[in-house]
Amino acid sequence: MKDDILAVMWKERKAMFRVQGRRTQTLLTMLSPLLLSIWLPFETGLDWLERSMSLLLAFIVSFILVGITIPDSFAGERERHTLPTLLASRLPDRAILFGKIASAVIFAWGAALLFLLVSLITINVTHWQGHIMFFKPSVLLADVSISLLVALLTAGLGVVFSLRSSTVQQAQQATMSVLLLPAMLLQFGMLFILRSESAKQTLNDTLGALSFGQLIALVVSILALAAAAVLWLALARFRRARLILSQ
Amino acid sequence: MKAIHIEDLTRDYDGLRAVDHISFSVEAGQIFGFLGPNGAGKTTTLHLLLGLLEPTEGQAKVLGFDTRSEGDQVRARTGSLLEHAGVYEQLTAEDNLEFYGRAYRMPVVQRKARIKQLLSQMSLWERRNDRVANWSKGMKQKLALARAVLHEPRLVFLDEPTAGLDVVSANAVREDLAALAEHEGVTVFLTTHNMSEAERLCQTVAVIREGKLVAIGSPDELRARSGGPRLEIVGRGFAPKVLDLLRARPEVVAVEAQNGHLSIDLRGDMDTAPLVSAAVSAGVEVQEVRRGKASLEEVFLTLMEEDA
Repeated sequence: MKDDILAVMWKERKAMFRVQGRRTQTLLTMLSPLLLSIWLPFETGLDWLERSMSLLLAFIVSFILVGITIPDSFAGERERHTLPTLLASRLPDRAILFGKIASAVIFAWGAALLFLLVSLITINVTHWQGHIMFFKPSVLLADVSISLLVALLTAGLGVVFSLRSSTVQQAQQATMSVLLLPAMLLQFGMLFILRSESAKQTLNDTLGALSFGQLIALVVSILALAAAAVLWLALARFRRARLILSQ
Repeated sequence: MKAIHIEDLTRDYDGLRAVDHISFSVEAGQIFGFLGPNGAGKTTTLHLLLGLLEPTEGQAKVLGFDTRSEGDQVRARTGSLLEHAGVYEQLTAEDNLEFYGRAYRMPVVQRKARIKQLLSQMSLWERRNDRVANWSKGMKQKLALARAVLHEPRLVFLDEPTAGLDVVSANAVREDLAALAEHEGVTVFLTTHNMSEAERLCQTVAVIREGKLVAIGSPDELRARSGGPRLEIVGRGFAPKVLDLLRARPEVVAVEAQNGHLSIDLRGDMDTAPLVSAAVSAGVEVQEVRRGKASLEEVFLTLMEEDA
């Protein structure tokens, strides 16, 4: 299975930057996080290493980069008429699915870690304290784990929509709509809580009772459960017969 | 040994029967033509044989493996060129083959050597580093054919490999296919609606219409079944009374004149000299006489019209 997944990843890596316009699109998409990874730590100062500000960068990079690559996974193969041949090969279902997910996740997660490194270099250069500074261990752990889980969650959902979509554009729209829904619901929830004094107090008491580590553990647990659920859903939805008939 | 054995294979789609209780076998090492018009059920049969679709009824065994429960074993031992070439246009020709070589777990040295052998054989080696997107359709189809046999499968499924190609490209693909079948000894399951292609390449052909198998045999057997020997006369003077005179002869089954050609279907392999003499005596001016048999295309058309 490992060799089969690696074979799919090899093809995905080769194809990733060779689709016409994809290289430019990817480089342009990476420009904003690059600027953020310089500007945010420069503005925030030493707090960047001590508090949870860097989580924003880790989240954005993982979310956006997976969001632009994963819709192509199956919808792109379908659009380019390469899917039936891939399905007629000896590659097992799981190798095709996980090979495609792993390619998108490793690319996005790798980029997230790279931008965190850029931000670390920025802090050390712009706020030099006479010695090399590093992220607080709990912050680093949160950055690493949350960026990975966000990438996995986005990739899992993206694959579910890509399996069903006839075009890459359709898959992109569906993925983004669903991924933005929780963010919008959270925002509406926050607006509601901020209007009610008692709700605001309850939220403050609950969050105040949690340490940074506990809060991160809670977020990581929720993301891990959600990622596992969507990956299971993707696996359940991957059916060769259904994909062949949807050609 | 049988490479493919099908019994009562049936597939329904939402109440529509695409493949209707078909049964036949394909001997190992031969090129088997699966003929039928568009929508006859050829591609569905091919998908069933690859284990990509489950039969509604019946069963198929490919290389001894049940396609319903052992589809992965079938796919591991076969190669395929489906309706579309299925080549990755953003990759180079070599990368396309490299990917499928990895997918079939070919060892590195064997993979590299095989890629070079196939691309050279198909006159594509010099263009191996080109992005396939810049290639002609014929070249892509040749690359797809190379991909289908890359891992040296015992059986190859080809779904209309020359469809949409110009005459020269189609001929080149046919020549490559014939050479591969001869040199590699693979069994080829070829779906096509090109009769001359089937006639030229296939040892056995099966004809499918509306999901049902309507004929199977060698091209010669099908020709013999659908029509006996034939006499063609090119000339002038094919008046109605001449045609009636010829139709009255016991050795003649049917007579048809069109554009200076007189086509006479005969009852058996007999001496045709008296027939030609009779035509000349009746006033026909003969320019050319030739004996022949019905083409596979004519056989196919007859089969399509029967009970239609």
